[in-house]
Amino acid sequence: MNPPDPTAAQADDPNVVFHVHGVTKVYPMGEVEVQALRGVDMDLYSGELVVLLGPSGSGKSTLLNILGGLDTPTAGHVLYRGRDLTRASERELTDYRRYHVGFVFQFYNLIPSLTARENVAVVTEIARQPMRPEEALELVGLGNRLDHFPAQLSGGEQQRVAIARAIAKNPEVLLCDEPTGALDSATGIVVLEAIERVNRELGTATAVITHNASIAQMADRVIYMGDGLITHVDTNATRKAPRELSW
Amino acid sequence: MRALDRKLLRDLWYLRGQALAIALVIGAGLAAVLMSISTLDSLQTTRAIYYRDYGFAHIFASLKRAPESLGERIAALPGVDRVATRVWAPVTIEIAGFTDPVSGLLVSAPRAGRADLNRLYLRAGRLLDPNRSDEVIIGDAFAEAHAFKPGDRLGVIVNGKRKQLNIVGIALSPEFIYQISPHAIFPDFARFGVLWMAHDALATAFDMDGAFNNVTLTLARGAREADVIERLDAVLERYGGLGAYGREDQLSHRFLSQEFTQLEQMGRTFSVIFLGVAVFLLNMVVTRLVSTQREEIATLKAFGYSNASIGLHYAKLVVAIVLLGIVAGVAAGIWLGQGLSHTYMEYYRFPYLHFQLRPSIVLGATLTTAVAALIGTVFAVRRAVRLPPAQAMRPEPPPLYRATLMERLGLQRWLSQPSRMILRHIERRPVKSALSVLGIGLAGGIVISGTFMTDAVDFMVEAEFRMAQREDIAVSFTEPTSYRALHELAALPGVTRVEPVRAVPVRLRHGQHIYRTAIQGLAPDADLHRTLDTHLQPVSFPPDGIVLTDYLGTRLDLKPGDLLTVEVLDGSQPVREVPVVGFVQQYIGTGGYMDLAALNRLLREDRAITGAFLAVDAHQRENVYARLKKMPRVAGVQVHENAIRNYYASIGDLLLTFMTFIAGLAGAITFGVVYNSARITLSERSRELASLRVLGFTRGEIAYILLGELALLTLAAIPLGFMVGRALSAHFIATIHQELFRVPLVLNPDTYALSAGIVLASAIISGLIVRRRLDRLDLIAVLKTKE
Ligand SMILES: Nc1ncnc2c1ncn2[C@@H]1O[C@H](COP(=O)(O)OP(=O)(O)O)[C@@H](O)[C@H]1O
Ligand SMILES: [Mg+2]
Repeated sequence: MNPPDPTAAQADDPNVVFHVHGVTKVYPMGEVEVQALRGVDMDLYSGELVVLLGPSGSGKSTLLNILGGLDTPTAGHVLYRGRDLTRASERELTDYRRYHVGFVFQFYNLIPSLTARENVAVVTEIARQPMRPEEALELVGLGNRLDHFPAQLSGGEQQRVAIARAIAKNPEVLLCDEPTGALDSATGIVVLEAIERVNRELGTATAVITHNASIAQMADRVIYMGDGLITHVDTNATRKAPRELSW
Repeated sequence: MRALDRKLLRDLWYLRGQALAIALVIGAGLAAVLMSISTLDSLQTTRAIYYRDYGFAHIFASLKRAPESLGERIAALPGVDRVATRVWAPVTIEIAGFTDPVSGLLVSAPRAGRADLNRLYLRAGRLLDPNRSDEVIIGDAFAEAHAFKPGDRLGVIVNGKRKQLNIVGIALSPEFIYQISPHAIFPDFARFGVLWMAHDALATAFDMDGAFNNVTLTLARGAREADVIERLDAVLERYGGLGAYGREDQLSHRFLSQEFTQLEQMGRTFSVIFLGVAVFLLNMVVTRLVSTQREEIATLKAFGYSNASIGLHYAKLVVAIVLLGIVAGVAAGIWLGQGLSHTYMEYYRFPYLHFQLRPSIVLGATLTTAVAALIGTVFAVRRAVRLPPAQAMRPEPPPLYRATLMERLGLQRWLSQPSRMILRHIERRPVKSALSVLGIGLAGGIVISGTFMTDAVDFMVEAEFRMAQREDIAVSFTEPTSYRALHELAALPGVTRVEPVRAVPVRLRHGQHIYRTAIQGLAPDADLHRTLDTHLQPVSFPPDGIVLTDYLGTRLDLKPGDLLTVEVLDGSQPVREVPVVGFVQQYIGTGGYMDLAALNRLLREDRAITGAFLAVDAHQRENVYARLKKMPRVAGVQVHENAIRNYYASIGDLLLTFMTFIAGLAGAITFGVVYNSARITLSERSRELASLRVLGFTRGEIAYILLGELALLTLAAIPLGFMVGRALSAHFIATIHQELFRVPLVLNPDTYALSAGIVLASAIISGLIVRRRLDRLDLIAVLKTKE
């Protein structure tokens, strides 16, 4: 099976976690079509923390969803450690999501009938080497909210439960869609510290979507998106710790 | 416990209202099935055991008179096992304080030391003393109708002689489970009774010393009934045999069998309808229930749960709900089945009841239900997991935006914002709306199919007893009599009109089809007792040929012009051929009709009659009864009003009892479906409605939006329910047994009104519950969780 990708050789590089080539995404809307992605090329390296910046509607979530195996591109290829996700079977995609990816959704997507602890447990119960749910919640500063239901938590607390849920399985990649979007700066910093710690201590390749430009300073690289394309990429010489960010 | 299982329990608790409603639908559907089938099985088993335990004979024959010694010859016939010879005599019964004419059958009781067939089950008192000639045992139904107890007395007129008898016992007999006068279509417990006397006493009183006029026997193992009947007829021919017959032509057994068949077919039809509807509704409800969980399913999928494990999770949820319904349904089915069986047992006067519920029936019905629910689950889960999780995690987008019909017609100007939202929502989701309407419509339809029988029964009574048979009294003579008897009857004070009738018991034969029934010869100018065509217009008989009830036409495969073989079971028992000239519409009973003169010509007999129909001045009734009792030739007197009452008391009641149970279950299903529709709509839309509240809509307005939609769908469902109900009723009629009566498809406005009423009441109750929930809608929770 030869992927028709001339740059496939790069995929063999052990440092490349994701190799994205020529990805487009079109949403058919009856007569009209929405071009969410118009041909994206990028790589994500192991251990690095990338921030995706761009105006609303530029295709950030769409790209992240495709990386996470939650959606499939209309054209192009996404290689995860050399394996082409666009050709993966349903079974392979399920395993990929189960064992390799931690996802923080823009809308939290907690299960309303489960407590914070149980929401995390839903994921740890099927993972290979998970943390204990309590541990993960401790990490995001929710050790005292274990038995609260989502409806009993603030938006920021719900978001932190979602992060705990994402990191509890010790994933190889962590994908976060506007994790601090609804949070005040103090809480936002707690959340970002959790993400940064996972990235640093476990070496988890991490991509974070935000439209808060100052957050970009904690990244190794910053990918700017506009209108379904990557406009340019910045590399930071040094990463700032979340606590040092000016909000 | 795993987090997912905990979610299961919490979801179940959260959905308890809906879960109970679903369980109600399943439970009622299952209960209807199990009730119908167990009742039938129990009745049939009980009858079989009763027959066996009390030696119910296989073959029966009446004759004029034969010496006792003939009994041994009969016993020696090949294929005959046990033989009981006996005497039976039609009698007139006199009861102090009861003016209506009462007729009866006096039967010699089984004799000690002889083959005792058709044994008595003693309810009260004691058996007969063979040496006493003034003792009698009476049937239980007759005793109850007159509150007779052992020790009471009654008078009988046997052979023109009056005899005073002491009641010593009250009994049941497998031979007379139905105590029905040979002259009546329906049992009348007060005016017809079976009595047993010691054999020798009765033989003496009836001039039958050393002789018998009735014989019953059982078949040897492996013997063929038809062969034995043929041999027996040959033996009895010299002794005035009136044609032997098997159980299927024995009055009580035949009546019972017809009713059982009818019940069985009703039970089967209702089982299919109820289970079908319940299963359909279940499937629909489960599909919708799972669809409301679409976002959770997508989330689980995003975490790496496989489709199979997500499917299993929801299957567990559904199975838990279904199990609740199944347990409730089986329990209710057994309970109702026992109740109904007991009602029937008392009605039929079985000495005991063997309640029976076949495990295979329970298993079959349960599996059907469970499988239907699981198919719905799988279907819904598959639909939910088909989409990529990224898309499924968002709420389902409405189908493509298009100006709605309302907007294209420019109606929006006339409608308030909430009204427009209702119409738009219904129009945007046509399939969901249509399914809601269909579900409620089906439920309303089964209510109709469960209640329309009342209308049909009323209509049959109206047609048969008020339009066709309009006599006040039907008189039957002990034997064919000359026309002169008519003048005697006409001369009675109070009698305003007399019409003759000649009834002949016959075996009708066409090709290989045989049917035992009677032919009635009626006067050409008959006005009291008429037959009607399909348009309820009186039919006049051609001077030759026979007219049959339409059921017999089908049964004997006849068309007008065919030649029908008539084997007369009376007098010299001639066999004749007669052309079929037409068919009449008759809802109750079966038989043939001929012009009286033509019938007598066919029999090559003089102008003979066997009975008469009388119109009587209402004030003179009692007088006429008294005079009729004194006429020795009069064997039986049927009072028309009693016939109507008896009809309702027998078949009417039986049907209606069954139907009442069925209608109750149909009502339960309806409520379950309507309530479910309301609850699911609520859970599908609570977020949207809460957002509207946040935007400043009042409680009243959002309640209006939701309940208005429910009301519109419910209103649309009512006429659909009418159509479904009519179709189900027609199907029901087409499948049930036709011999006893042919049910017409008649639906009165009140039946439709009942269906609409149950649907509306269910909708109102559901609406109130939903309204209460809407008032307590948690606005903050909506704001906190996403969007
Ligand atoms: N399911 C969908 N159907 C149609 N269009 C969509 C869908 N999801 C996203 N889009 C469109 O794709 C574009 C990119 O969306 P998204 O990736 O969510 O942007 P971002 O996350 O950068 O704000 C937007 O124009 C959005 O309207
Ligand atoms: Mg986005």
